[in-house]
Amino acid sequence: MNVLYDEPGPRGRRRNTVLTVVFAVALLGLAYLAFRKFDEKGQFAAALWEPFLRGDVWANLILPGLWNTLSAAAVAALIAVPFGFVFGMARLSEHAWIRIPAAAVVEFFRAIPLLIMIFFAQYGGSAVLGLTVTSFSAVVFGLVMYNGSVLAEIVRAGITALPRGQTEAALAVGLRKSQAMRLILLPQAVTAMMPAIVSQLVVLLKDTALGFIVAFEDLLNAGARILPSNFRNLIPAVIVMAAIYIVINLAVSAVAHWLERRTRRSAAKPVAAPDAVAAL
Amino acid sequence: MIDDLPLVLGAFWLTIRLTLASALAALVLGTVLAAMRVSPLAVLRGAAAGYVTVLRNTPLTLVIVFCGLGLGLVLDVSFSGSLSVNYLWLSIIGLSAYTAAFVCEAIRAGINTVPVGQAEAARALGLTFGQNLRYIVLPQAFRAVIAPLGSVLIALTKNTTVAAAIGVAEASLTMKTLFERHQEAVVPIFFGFALGFLVLTLPVGLVFGRLARRLAVAR
Repeated sequence: MNVLYDEPGPRGRRRNTVLTVVFAVALLGLAYLAFRKFDEKGQFAAALWEPFLRGDVWANLILPGLWNTLSAAAVAALIAVPFGFVFGMARLSEHAWIRIPAAAVVEFFRAIPLLIMIFFAQYGGSAVLGLTVTSFSAVVFGLVMYNGSVLAEIVRAGITALPRGQTEAALAVGLRKSQAMRLILLPQAVTAMMPAIVSQLVVLLKDTALGFIVAFEDLLNAGARILPSNFRNLIPAVIVMAAIYIVINLAVSAVAHWLERRTRRSAAKPVAAPDAVAAL
Repeated sequence: MIDDLPLVLGAFWLTIRLTLASALAALVLGTVLAAMRVSPLAVLRGAAAGYVTVLRNTPLTLVIVFCGLGLGLVLDVSFSGSLSVNYLWLSIIGLSAYTAAFVCEAIRAGINTVPVGQAEAARALGLTFGQNLRYIVLPQAFRAVIAPLGSVLIALTKNTTVAAAIGVAEASLTMKTLFERHQEAVVPIFFGFALGFLVLTLPVGLVFGRLARRLAVAR
């Protein structure tokens, strides 16, 4: 990004060194203020951090939460991806009676907060259908409806981004519309969509933490409810859980970047997610 | 259920206030972070990059819980004598800290859309980095990211529901209260609240899309 400033000369370099020191001191000062505040409340006491060195704490308290988080994410992803493909293609259907309801579903679930879908699944399931809805299924329901709808938009964008000639040529050689979609359009679109799909799975994984609000026993629950109730170490526990989330998400993002680089080498152009920052 | 209407409107009003307050704070912080990320000083670039990586990969629920319970209960950070007002402020801190990371990324993407010649011409005129950013690059970058910032604002509006994790009685928590109170009417209550969110989010997309087209830099 150094188009924004000139290569510093001797005076510029000196000034930059001074500014670097000034800002480094300022940032360290901020860090020190935070440190002081933590220390004042005894947050650095060994007793609060020591549980993270114990195997039984990990085995009994943290890993079950991590397992629940990962399995909710995996189940939701496995349902949301086909959901996205079905609704994405349905929105491109030439039959209005398929296209319009599919568009309504996708736009509706994209526009409302995930949390109210989770609450609805939890209360609606028992009130309307007479089922007992576990917090796991409520979370998975919300994740599938929301991320499935976003994936549907990614699929639609991926297919519409293909050159028109592809469809025309497929139809010209005598393929039916469904064959053109299956044999010509989808294979090309999937390559271009892979990075966007994987990035959306990071969002899905992060959103499993909403389960905390409906008492789903996920990783955040381990950090914010279980560990503090045993060791009174909320801040250390939440920090360690954040680190776990960050490591997992960075790993999944690395896969997305890798796919993107691979796609760039092939002919297909990667498609962006429908909103450039859908990843919120 | 008509009796609950004031409750519902109050809840949505709280959602709106949460959104606006966090949006303002996130816009300011996000712009500062974006400027830091393109600055000539490696310290600032590194600090901003670290901030963005951490906040973007942490679930919002965790951020809010950290602010509410960590800052609020453990560290006794207090903005108000009233407990509910204090949690409101803490959730605003969490929402804006989280959203700022996305605002920063959007603005940085906008800076990348400004043609290299603009910044080069500015340098040729002898503008410093700060002047270059302030007078040449950021004004064009902001116009390029109006639509993405609209998406961030929509996402933020939906994300305010996460404040329910620390008991802020915004729309989603109020919906849950009403679910418990009127078990026979779960479906209409849900669609009512969903409609409320549609009313809040759909116009934002339209208005920002329009603004983006009107203010687009002619090239």
